[in-house]
Amino acid sequence: MSQVMEYSEKVMDHFTNPRNVGEIENASGVGTVGNAKCGDIMRMYLEIKDGVVIDAKFKTFGCGAAVATSSMATELVKGKTVEEALLVTNKAVMEALDGLPPVKVHCSLLAEEAIHAALWDYAEKNGITVPGLKPPVKDIDETEEFYKTES
Amino acid sequence: MDKFIYLDNAATTATEPAVFEAMKPYFEEYYGNAASIYRFAGKSTMAIDRARQTVADFLGAKPGEIYFTGGGSESDNWALKATAFAGRDKGKHIITSKIEHHAVLHTCEFLEKNGFEVTYLDVDENGVVHPEELEKAIRPDTILISIMFANNEIGTIEPIREIGKIAHEHGIIFHTDAVQAYGHLPIRVDEMNIDILSASGHKIGGPKGVGIMYLRDTVRIGAFIHGGAQERGRRAGTHNTPGIVGFGKATEIAEDRMAVNIRKETELRDYLIRRVLEEIPYTRLNGHRTNRLPNNANFSFRFVEGESLLILLDQKGICASSGSACTSGSLDPSHVLLAIGLPHEIAHGSLRLTLSAETTKEEIDYVVEELKAMIERLRSMSPLYEDFVKENRGVK
Repeated sequence: MSQVMEYSEKVMDHFTNPRNVGEIENASGVGTVGNAKCGDIMRMYLEIKDGVVIDAKFKTFGCGAAVATSSMATELVKGKTVEEALLVTNKAVMEALDGLPPVKVHCSLLAEEAIHAALWDYAEKNGITVPGLKPPVKDIDETEEFYKTES
Repeated sequence: MDKFIYLDNAATTATEPAVFEAMKPYFEEYYGNAASIYRFAGKSTMAIDRARQTVADFLGAKPGEIYFTGGGSESDNWALKATAFAGRDKGKHIITSKIEHHAVLHTCEFLEKNGFEVTYLDVDENGVVHPEELEKAIRPDTILISIMFANNEIGTIEPIREIGKIAHEHGIIFHTDAVQAYGHLPIRVDEMNIDILSASGHKIGGPKGVGIMYLRDTVRIGAFIHGGAQERGRRAGTHNTPGIVGFGKATEIAEDRMAVNIRKETELRDYLIRRVLEEIPYTRLNGHRTNRLPNNANFSFRFVEGESLLILLDQKGICASSGSACTSGSLDPSHVLLAIGLPHEIAHGSLRLTLSAETTKEEIDYVVEELKAMIERLRSMSPLYEDFVKENRGVK
């Protein structure tokens, strides 16, 4: 079966009409995860007021599933408290999308990591400790080198 | 009817109506087993002989040097494994390139696990294998050189004649995977110093599931499929008569139209390349600018991921392919794009468009216009593009 056929209607909907694409100026928390090597990079912006996520936006470089999981993840964290947002797992994102093809499960993990990274940034900026929240992993960008050497 | 623009002719082609017509009688009427003795089966035998003659003439070979197989991958497997097996007392070294099709690369890996040593030659930024580097890699125990005629992803045509010449100067067997070139470019096995050649039917308007292997009559290698006397004892299995007839017919048509098609496709390809490079910023052409397959264009769009692009194209009725990891089912992007030195994320943003002689300028215009909008849209969602724009504004 072709890959497009393997995506659920919900995945295709969130890919074709992604919710909350964009940036938030001076966001409470911003998290970028993934790496260029595997081909998926997600950046999540969270606007948090009184411990509640009042807005979420994203930008994603990645496949259809990566875009759809980012879109769904922003929908799921909106209106949640920081503690509740931390509990939005990759499984929850996947279920909300009516599942993902097996090779795309890592995209949902990335969405979960993006939420955590944005929350970490928020916690750091505000000197808050959120139980269970771990610092995100940084990845290296190799592209700049390529364009420096290309004539 | 919904729009349908097929620009994935390197993946497979539409079966030519004349090919299908030529095949039909061998399903409906002359279904006899070509190996049987009665006259009824003679029709099948004669049809196979005719197809063999057509292919031999097309390549400048003898009919006895053409073997019908189950496809390009089988021919590649046969060529490599049987040559390695036949030459194992002479040596255990094989030379190939990093940009071969997996039918060659994975076969080489299999041979490595079985005691052979393989040198995978680097290519330059255009995907060209350099004959002088090939010559340097030759060892006293080198028994086989396998270099593709033209690359399936980036379209670059390799210096086959020179490579074959070097191989012969060193007494080494030279195989070329010509799956993308056969029927699209002129091939003469003698002038080009080719000993073994693999080709496939469905890339040239023929049926799927049939291919050929050309094997020079002075080169002795054994069978790959055992179990019968077909193909002079070298390739067992009841002849796929309709498939073979279709292969022959497709070759005949390809030969008749080759000069016209090369001119037509090259012109349209160059028009596509020019428009895309001029009208879409931060785009590069992958593969050699001019010395490439007439129907191949391969681009990398920075900040954009290939699978997303393919889905958007599909929604507009455009069939294309990409070297992105997501389309390969692995985490790594195309080995070809990495071999020409692209960083991973640029490789992930690649798009291959392969035309046919039926492709029109109107279709290309439609595709370019759609592409422009899609790239802009995907970039507007891309964190990489966001960073790039901010850096260029001097804002951090």
